[in-house]
Formats: sequence, structure tokens, C-alpha cells
Amino acid sequence: MRNAKATVLSAAKGDVTFQKEPFIKQVWQQRQLALMSVPMFLYICLFNYFPLWGWITAFMNYKPAVPLFENQWVGLKNFEWLFSKPEFLGAVRNTFAMAAINLVFGFVFPILLALFLNEIRSIRFKRTVQTVTYLPHFLSWVIVVGIAQTIFASDGAINQLILALGISKSPIFFLGEGKYFWWLVGAINVWKECGWNTIIYLAAISAIDPALYEAAEMDGAGRFKKMLHIALPGIRSTFMVLLIMNIGYLMEAGFEIQYLMGQNVVMDWSQTIDIFALKYGITKGQYSRAIAAGIFKSLVSIALMISANFTAKRLGEDTLL
Amino acid sequence: MTDKRIAMPIRTTYHKRSIFPWVNACAMILLMFVTLYPVLNTVAISFNDGTDAVRGGIGLWPRVFSTKSYETIFQDEIIYNAFFITISRTVIQTVLNVIITSMLAFALSRREYVLRKFITTAFVLTMYINAGLIPNYLLLQRTLGLSKSFWVYIVPTMLSCFNMIVTRTFILGLPEALVESGRIDGAGDFYLFWRIIFPLCMPVVATVALFVAVGAWNSWFDTHLYNAGKVQLHTLQYLLKMKLATTTNSANAAMTSADAAASTTLTTPVTIRAAITVVSAAPIVVIYPFLQRYFVVGLSVGSVKG
Repeated sequence: MRNAKATVLSAAKGDVTFQKEPFIKQVWQQRQLALMSVPMFLYICLFNYFPLWGWITAFMNYKPAVPLFENQWVGLKNFEWLFSKPEFLGAVRNTFAMAAINLVFGFVFPILLALFLNEIRSIRFKRTVQTVTYLPHFLSWVIVVGIAQTIFASDGAINQLILALGISKSPIFFLGEGKYFWWLVGAINVWKECGWNTIIYLAAISAIDPALYEAAEMDGAGRFKKMLHIALPGIRSTFMVLLIMNIGYLMEAGFEIQYLMGQNVVMDWSQTIDIFALKYGITKGQYSRAIAAGIFKSLVSIALMISANFTAKRLGEDTLL
Repeated sequence: MTDKRIAMPIRTTYHKRSIFPWVNACAMILLMFVTLYPVLNTVAISFNDGTDAVRGGIGLWPRVFSTKSYETIFQDEIIYNAFFITISRTVIQTVLNVIITSMLAFALSRREYVLRKFITTAFVLTMYINAGLIPNYLLLQRTLGLSKSFWVYIVPTMLSCFNMIVTRTFILGLPEALVESGRIDGAGDFYLFWRIIFPLCMPVVATVALFVAVGAWNSWFDTHLYNAGKVQLHTLQYLLKMKLATTTNSANAAMTSADAAASTTLTTPVTIRAAITVVSAAPIVVIYPFLQRYFVVGLSVGSVKG
């Protein structure tokens, strides 16, 4: 016990310990902490880092039946094949388009809702609105897509409303035409997650010093001036952290909704890189090409994340790494 | 308190424009309606007569009331099995995940731990570096041979890095003296974690448990990928997903054959699907309002440091 305490103290001071006690001995003294964390480290090595090994098969003509290194090396052939294939380029376009729509909607609507929720005086009413708007977050994508197919059907509620208001003379085929697909995904995402995403902004708004509001009132600021000049700047740092994080996930346009809702008729607009990889990898057994598509996606994500982090650092904002 | 202080000057200075609260309240009521309408519509359809529902146009209330759809789905043994599988995977996954996540978060929150920095970095990187769908599939399917087994629901999902970081942030906010004094009394790290830190982590543990449980309850893709061929391992959401596929493909067929079917059955894919939706969503929808104060706090605390 005394030994362990000595290590604790010297470890806090810095690397002086390396001369006194060998590294292995330090770990042994902290074996209970090691027992809590090292097995989990091995776990992520297996489930998160080991599969990266599979990336080398993107440079082969990989057949699962053949032992790994007896497969034929083909260099960048699989990548060339991908970028000459309009279907893949379409999937890249769809991924970016839907991710961009989700990114913009995913910030604008929750922030607006949080600002307006914050103006509600009655705590009971506010809590009711919150509870109700959190509800769709807890529904699975299978359920949400099923509901959306009912609502957006040619005889569904949306079309009934459109006909009743005279916006269009005949029902609009939201589900059957590709050009609506991205916006449908955007709208459904807002419906599902908007309420849930206000939680963080409401926490940030409630952390704002009330004295700031009072000072603004003294200066004659009205409700909207206060929203604009006090509440919005108050959530700036939360916004920036979430923005950087979300840019890193820009390639994650979502998978389940496109997979479940993308019928054949709208495939040109609904297929994302993941669905492309799934189709070629698992359905068609062309593993190398599917893995190449996955590598492309991962590399773009990492590049986006690093550049977002770098830009944030230049602008003097908090960074994640 | 704050409300009163803010409310006074507004009422005096802006009495002319005081319609805003009413406009705001109306907007919120409209928002609640837009959120709830599709859900209540599904409930109404599930309680409607099958052949009548095919005509469409049901609003918030069943047109021809019938519980036939529920009777039909509960006659089929498959749904009991799916319930059993879904509940087991949710419970096992949540318990394992919560214990492992908070234990790891505790170890990585000890500043004196020599491996702290190395292991933390390894975990944070997993949030950004992802091998992708196919290599993960090949690992589980071929290397580990987990397909067609219940363990494919449990083994790959024992840990979430994001939840671990949220928990660690929370533990770092607890007074350091708790652990220090425990150490002086001669307590080991397992004892410190289990007896002192873990009980204090309840808000964040409840949040993590809710996230994991909701994710487990709602997942269908792992069943689709690994266990599609084994009916005994199908989950509720996967049953629903299969119903979704059959109804969309045969929507037109159902329309035309509805009249023919009317004489023999009183259910159609439309009402059956709605009924399974209600049954598979109900447990979570009933529980989450009671956990609201926990996850709001947990999410806010974790997000302070990003």
C-alpha cells in the first residue's frame, strides 16, 4: 500500500518515476485499474481496430474461399472501377446531399424550437411540449418509415391536406418520385429528432446569466432583440462543438431510413454509400469493391473532421481533439 | 423568481405587442399536433376493421372499431418469441453495457493511472475511425462465427465510446476527496468503484441505460444481417420490418384483393402492421416520460465538456 502511494505521488509529478520504477511494476501496482480497463482495450482492438485489417482486401480481387494472401493483388483497380461507375457517384452525391440537408435542418429547427420553448412561462405547458416532442426520438426507424409511408401515401394525410387547401389538383406521389426523396428524409428527420435535440440547447440557454437579460432590458431590448443578442450568443460554444462533431459525421447521412424507404423506383436518389457497399458486398459477394467504397467513405470522414477541427482552432473555438 | 423579474418590465414596455405569448402557445400546440397526429393515426388504424382501413382516410379515431388485428397477431406464437428475444437482448445488453461502461469510465478518470492517456486515446479514436460495414460483417460472420446465434446481439454491443466519455465527464466532476479518503482507508479500486463512485453516478447511469435500452429495443439490422434465417431469433422490430416490406410490395395487390378477401378475413396487412407497430412501440413510449428528468440532466451534464 505504501509503495502504491509512492507511485501515485511520483506519477503525478511526471516522468521522474521511470527511473525509480519500471513501467511494468507501475502497472502491476495499479492492477485493479488495469483489470477494469485493459480487457475493454483488447475488446475494442478486436471489434474496432482489427477489422481495419480487412482494408487490404480492397487492393485485391478477394474471394472469401481463398486464403487471404493467395488472392490476386490488383492495386487501385477497385477504386478505378468505383469512380467510373455512375451508380457509385450517384451514391456519393446522395450521401452528401442528404447529410447536408440533415446538418442544416438539424441545427436550424432545434435552435428555433429551443428559443421559443424558452419564452414559455408556464412550466407545466413547457414540460408537456417537451415530453410530446421527445416521443418520436424513441420510435425505431422501422416504425417511423411505416408511419411516413401511411402519411405521405397518395391517399394519406398530407395529400388530403394538399387537396383540401387547393395547393395541387391531384395527389403528389411523394414516395414514388425520386426528386422528393432527399427532402422527405430531411423532413422525417426533423420530425423524429428536432424535439430531442433541443435538450442540449435548452441546457445552454438556461445557463445564461439572467443579469444579461436584465441589462438588455434596461437598454430597451425587446423579446426578439434579446433572443438575437443574448440567447443566441449564449449557445454559441455549444453550437460550435456540435457543428465540429457533426461535420466529422457528415458522411453519415443515416442508413436505416434510406434502406427501409428506398424502393426501386427512387433508388437513384435514395442509395447512399453504405447501401451501395451492402448491395455489392453482401448481396453480390464483391467484397473488394464494397470495402473500397467503405474506405473512401472513412477517409473523407476523417479528412472532414480534421479540417473542421483545424478551422475551429484557427477561429479560437473549443476543439474536440 | 427569475420569471417575475423578467416579466415585469416586459409587461410595462411591450404591452402593445403582448400577443406574442399567444402566438407562441398556438405554434407549440400546432407542433404537438404535428408530432402526435401520425402516431395517433397509427393507433386508430390498428383498432379499425381491416377491410375498411384499406379504403384509407382514417383520421384520429377508428371508423369501424375492431380488435381483430390484435387478436390475430397474438394468436401467432412468433410474436411471443419475438417479445422474449427482444426483452432478453435489451436487458442483458443494458446491464452489461452500463456496468462495463461505468467501470471503464472510472478507471480512465483516475489521474494517477499510468495507462490512462493511451487507452483513452484508443477509445476516442474509435468514434472517428470506422472500418465500415463489410469488414465488420466479415469479422462477426466469418472470423467469430456469430451468425445465427443470440450472442451476435450481445457481444459486439457491450461498450459505447460516446457513453463512456459522458460517464467519465460526470465522474471527473465528483469531488476527488471521495476516492482519496477511500484509498487512505485501504480500499481497493474495485471497492471504490462499486461502493462509492457507482452509486453517485445514478443520473448518468440512468441516461446511459436508457440510450442503450432504446437502441437495443429498436434495432433490427443485426437480425436482418446475421439472424434472418433463424425465426427463433427474430426481434419485434424485425418482424415489423418484414411486414413493412410485404405491405409496400403488395400494396396494390391488397387494394384489389381486399374485396375478395373481405368475405373470409377481417384483417389486412395495413391493420396488422399498425397493430404490431403499436405493440412494439408501447413499452418504450410508456416508460420514457418517467425517465425524462434523468436523461435531461444526464445529457446536459455530459454535453458541457462535449
